[in-house]
Amino acid sequence: MKSINNMRLQFISRSANEGFARTAVSAFIACLDPTIEELADIKTAVSEAVTNCIVHAYAEEMGQVYLSADIFPGGRVVIKIRDRGCGIPDVEKAMEPLFTTGGEERAGLGFAVMQSLMDKVRVRSQPGKGTTVTLERRISSKGNADA
Amino acid sequence: MAVELELAQDRITAYLSGEIDHHIAAQLRQDIDQPVMAAPPALLVLDFGGVTFMDSSGIGLIMGRYKLMQESGGRLLVQNVPPALRKVMKVSGLDKLGVMEKMEDSGR
Repeated sequence: MKSINNMRLQFISRSANEGFARTAVSAFIACLDPTIEELADIKTAVSEAVTNCIVHAYAEEMGQVYLSADIFPGGRVVIKIRDRGCGIPDVEKAMEPLFTTGGEERAGLGFAVMQSLMDKVRVRSQPGKGTTVTLERRISSKGNADA
Repeated sequence: MAVELELAQDRITAYLSGEIDHHIAAQLRQDIDQPVMAAPPALLVLDFGGVTFMDSSGIGLIMGRYKLMQESGGRLLVQNVPPALRKVMKVSGLDKLGVMEKMEDSGR
């Protein structure tokens, strides 16, 4: 199915861009007239995924983060967050709640939060090549407008 | 994002506001831990009343302060959590630590 609207962003893995990324996505999907809760859920999931790129994928260096968002008919929103960082050797393990390699102050709940807030979360990763996280969520849209 | 600290006898209250993410968490941690470590209080209160956004970095912040207070023999209380943040708090299982101020009672 073809998307009816699309945007792409590329930014460096500085932690200041966590706020930029979630705010940009939230502005992009505003045309769907999401509820405050839907908006908060999507912002939170995007923030988790982008933080993973910054904390884990590019732990030792700065790198580029690629974000795209697509709106499909019926209010389906698909957001991809991709990096060319270190990759995840064991995706299943990484997605376990409370598992973290990020040190004591990281809760290890990034993927658990994404999964609880989104309809679908897909993770594709290749060690040494990078990771793509795909987030999917249908916006109920009060008017159910196809933007 | 900012934190305002209120130091009373045996109690430190940290009034958090704005957005809590990984970017800001390190600074918050430092601002809160400094007075706590200098003179460990019996009670550390984290007040989320002014927080407009939080991801799991906020959970890390709470869990870290929980451990800190346990080490010093004090107690942690998390209060005034806005409805928008409760979903994230719930995923974390923080309610089982007994640090949340009557989250169920204040409506969802």
